[in-house]
Amino acid sequence: MSEPSTATEAAKKASAPPPAAHDHGHDDHGHEAHDPIHAANPHLAHHFDTPQQQFDAGKLGIWLFLLTEVLFFAGLFCAYTVYRSMHPEVFVYAHYFLDTKLGALNTCVLLISSLTAAWAVRNAQLAEKKMLMINIVVTIACAFTFMCVKYVEYAHKYHDGLLPGKNFQPKEQIWELKSFRDRHPEAAEYAEKLAKLDEKKPEAPAAAGAKLEGKVEEKIERPTEEELEPLLAAGLVGPRSLDPSAHISRPRMAHVFFGIYFFMTGLHGFHVLIGIGIWVWMLLKAAKGHFGPNYFGPIDFTALYWHLVDLIWIYLFPLLYLIH
Amino acid sequence: MTLHLLALLADTALPKLAPSDSFWLPADASVTSRNIDWVWDFLIWMSVLTSIGVFVAIFHFVTKYRAKSRAANERADKSAEHNTALEITWSVLPLFVCIALFVWGFKGFVDLRTPPKDAMELRANAQKWKWTFDYKCPTGGMTDDTLHVPIDRPVRMLISSVDVLHALYIPSFRTKMDAVPGRYTDMWFQATKAGDYPIFCAEYCGTSHSDMLSHVIVHPAGEYETWLKGACEKADSMVGPERGKKLYSQQGCETCHTTDGTPKIGPSWKGLFGKMEAIAGGTTLKVDENYLRESMMDPTAKVVQGFAPSMPTYKGKLSDKDIDGLIEYIKTLK
Amino acid sequence: MASPTTTADAAIPQQKGADDNYLTHDKGFASWAFTLDHKRIGVMYLASVLSAFALGGFFALAVRTELWSPGKTIMEHDTYNQMFTLHGAIMVFLVIIPGIPAALGNIILPLHLGAKDVAFPKLNLASYYLWIIGCLCMLSSLAINAVDTGWTFYAPYSTTTQTAVIPAAFGAFILGFSSIFTGLNFIVTIHKLRPPGMTFFRMPLFVWALYSTALIQVLATPVIGITLLMMMVERVFGLGIFDPSLGGDPVLFQHFFWFYSHPAVYIMIVPAFGVVSEIIPVFSRKRLFGYQFIAISSLAIAFLGFLVWGHHMFTSGQSVLAGTIFSAITFLIAIPTAIKIFNWVSTMYKGRIHLDTPMLYALAFLWVFTIGGLTGVFLAVMGVDIHLHDTYFVVAHFHYVMMGGAITAFLGGLHYWFPKAFGKMYDEKMGRIGAVIVFVGLNLTFFPQFILGSRGMPRRYYNYLPEFQGLHQLSTIGAFTLGIGFLLTAVSLGRALKYGKKAPNNPWGGVTLEWTTVSPPPYYNFHTPPPVTAGPYDGYDDLVYDEKIGGYVAKKA
Repeated sequence: MSEPSTATEAAKKASAPPPAAHDHGHDDHGHEAHDPIHAANPHLAHHFDTPQQQFDAGKLGIWLFLLTEVLFFAGLFCAYTVYRSMHPEVFVYAHYFLDTKLGALNTCVLLISSLTAAWAVRNAQLAEKKMLMINIVVTIACAFTFMCVKYVEYAHKYHDGLLPGKNFQPKEQIWELKSFRDRHPEAAEYAEKLAKLDEKKPEAPAAAGAKLEGKVEEKIERPTEEELEPLLAAGLVGPRSLDPSAHISRPRMAHVFFGIYFFMTGLHGFHVLIGIGIWVWMLLKAAKGHFGPNYFGPIDFTALYWHLVDLIWIYLFPLLYLIH
Repeated sequence: MTLHLLALLADTALPKLAPSDSFWLPADASVTSRNIDWVWDFLIWMSVLTSIGVFVAIFHFVTKYRAKSRAANERADKSAEHNTALEITWSVLPLFVCIALFVWGFKGFVDLRTPPKDAMELRANAQKWKWTFDYKCPTGGMTDDTLHVPIDRPVRMLISSVDVLHALYIPSFRTKMDAVPGRYTDMWFQATKAGDYPIFCAEYCGTSHSDMLSHVIVHPAGEYETWLKGACEKADSMVGPERGKKLYSQQGCETCHTTDGTPKIGPSWKGLFGKMEAIAGGTTLKVDENYLRESMMDPTAKVVQGFAPSMPTYKGKLSDKDIDGLIEYIKTLK
Repeated sequence: MASPTTTADAAIPQQKGADDNYLTHDKGFASWAFTLDHKRIGVMYLASVLSAFALGGFFALAVRTELWSPGKTIMEHDTYNQMFTLHGAIMVFLVIIPGIPAALGNIILPLHLGAKDVAFPKLNLASYYLWIIGCLCMLSSLAINAVDTGWTFYAPYSTTTQTAVIPAAFGAFILGFSSIFTGLNFIVTIHKLRPPGMTFFRMPLFVWALYSTALIQVLATPVIGITLLMMMVERVFGLGIFDPSLGGDPVLFQHFFWFYSHPAVYIMIVPAFGVVSEIIPVFSRKRLFGYQFIAISSLAIAFLGFLVWGHHMFTSGQSVLAGTIFSAITFLIAIPTAIKIFNWVSTMYKGRIHLDTPMLYALAFLWVFTIGGLTGVFLAVMGVDIHLHDTYFVVAHFHYVMMGGAITAFLGGLHYWFPKAFGKMYDEKMGRIGAVIVFVGLNLTFFPQFILGSRGMPRRYYNYLPEFQGLHQLSTIGAFTLGIGFLLTAVSLGRALKYGKKAPNNPWGGVTLEWTTVSPPPYYNFHTPPPVTAGPYDGYDDLVYDEKIGGYVAKKA
């Protein structure tokens, strides 16, 4: 567990000039001014002995921080898992509302930004200031694009009444959505028929299971597998629907999905925003020419953070958008 | 010994929940409590002995090895810096004790969680801030705010809550179980001593958590059936304001509504019927039978101005007879 | 280590006129508000944590006063519920969790490692400001409509009550980040800034304790963060994760909550173990018995602490299988903890014992923690826990270990390192009196509560059956005694800051590195940290007491 190599190296270097005889009381950084290592490395903090030690400390620090971020999101992934296993129909239902194309676009955008971030680290190590700044700017631009696409998605959701928790009031039925119709045309038609029945008879009392078992009203035939299966899977009919006295209605727990969706993507988006802030700060430091072979830690660590943000999205995307 | 002296002191100074309390525990009045109690006794003895051992060692070392002064620069005895045999002993012995305790605890727990197949079932309902218990009657059901059980028969309680977490705790039976809204939990016991034992709520649930008390009456042999028959008949025959008055306390209305005019969490029932009330949202209405019925079934629909919309619904909990009774009762409170 | 001989000693002026130290080095508000010096940050934490302790204590006294008699004594139901909630939330989140690591650890850790500072001084300052912000946020709940959920925020009560839950929960959320950053800082410091020759098994046990604690802080705290965030979002948007009326599962909240909050209790107690491990050898002039064991057991306790959260939930409706596993692992933790007590007691065997105030607190710790720990075993036994869960027995248990354990050790450490940190000696007589009163008060307050609990009195009760009154009154008397003890101690230390005798470098004869520098240390800690050639409790015999300065110096060969 110990790192004797760095420590003894540090010891050798630090013991070079003997400071004992100086009057330290009046001299703020007296003993450091004698130390050639600190003199040669303006970005080396006073409490570290060598740039290597400073970098190693920073690296361990950022990994620990990323570990805490993973644990932070883990709680949400855990809630997701618990709910998906208890209410799979909600997840099937809700994903039809999500725009997979936009989600995929965001995934690509983040992947590109991870590439430029990694490249930026190399640039910093080699003190290639111009390329470093370009890469940082592209990373920021990608992040910005991500946030814009996110805004578009959120705006759609707001417009469609797909809000979290108790504000969930979808304006469209899922069988009216293109994503549903394209994948399950027969089911969509059957759903429309059921919906028409509901419109006609507002106070029809009926046992919940009766409509499915083949004891259907005179006007509709018994459903086929293709017609019924997608509706059952999405909780539109059957015991998990919101209104068992109706022929068809959305699943009872549908609002929970959107709660989880907004929470997870919202928290992730918040981390992207923070990332943008940090990259801007790095851009300013890069512009001043701070980075080189002896000091590239901040870029390295920011890139690591950025990779984690990307990785979290790579898990979120299939879990939320690609549910079949 | 010290414990006996303490027990004597206890007899004079300490609380008694029921006859034949020991120093530490309330009366044991169930089959399962006996199992728990002897593990408890073992734990007490083990703790007392271990503590005394540690304290005596500390006291002894501090007195025997106390240094006179710092100036004397006394040195410690370097020979006493480690002792492998001792370390192994004091690792292995506690390990055995822990294993034993774990096994006994596990067995006791499984006992508490496994009702016998022929257990009689009763329902316990928790709400802010009252317990009610449901009994089966020949003509339907009956609710009472006291738990009645027969002696020497296993009873399984099916527990639920309508609002927040509560917990049904019967100290004399050494049993406890959370009442979780949205699902059922269960616990069982078999009473061995006739008597009257307290029931507490043991999961914090707000303002009157500490007032959410009840009690369990263990009927001697043969008397439970007699009680049940009488109670069922009474419940059935009770109508009108008398029924309403009983429900007022049983269904927990009294926790939030007074009958003497003082507003509490909800408006007082005194003079309520026929009153013109201002409703949150700007309207006014006259309190009539329909409004009262609606307030019981859909309480947040029209909340009186100045009160929080915190009344729970009684849909499914009050029969038509119950609602009529309550309305009649309110009418009598002028 | 310690060769507090030759170069280090000779080069450092013991007490000279121009003794610039970290307290006098820079003056003015800004020099403190923007300091990067770990010692100054530690001192600020100390002042803040002690203030929060006083506030939490005030709420405790209010609660105990109300419980003097059944029914209303001085306040209504709702106010009482708010009082015990605030007492718990303040003590847990503002006092004990930051407590020893932030206030004492910040000052001492780099000194123990012969380092100039922690790995990330700016992050350290940020941690402190996060504490301040979290504190203000939590206290704002007081100003609006103080939270009344209990410090455990159980849903669905917490998602539906009308009191100001969100400021309190958000405050705790921010405080979580303060804790995470402190832990992160300490882990990196211990890995990367140890001096040459100090292998892991030559580190002082206080450092081991801080290391184990830091691991828990970093791994467990994010989970409470997300849990509180979920609860707050549920309150505002009705997500439906925990509230059954919206489709949620209240037991899920309990799992998430205790997944952090059980390891959290180890954040509270493991540093206390570290302090006691420092004090006992020094005041017995003898090497610690079983150093390696205590070091490894701190890590083992930290690890196992993550696996036992369900022992808070035996009556929640969780499955028998789950409960069984949790109970079994809980017993596993009991054993290394017990062995530590035996090791500490054995250290005193054939030692030469000095009963100064730090040692009195350490001895008090041994007594009180033995009782607290043993009563934990009662609660680990599943069958017995059914009876004891949510009664005063649990309240007594955790106060014995938290108040009796963590706070006693905190006070012991405070007295132990007071001369080093502030360069002044406190009055020994007042210190001892304070320690004795605190000890008596502790036992008087909490022992009767074991009996209350086993006899069936539930916790968080405003009202109670009249037969419990005698024990409650005993407990209230104890609480006020405790308050007097703390007040006396505060006055004693306050006076010492102003009028205390000048402290020598090494008043107690310790051999860890902090005693090789001046009291108070210069802002850069050491001229040259001495090389580490031996263990942290070796070398007491190489020191002699010099009456003129009232401290220990190296023996002139």
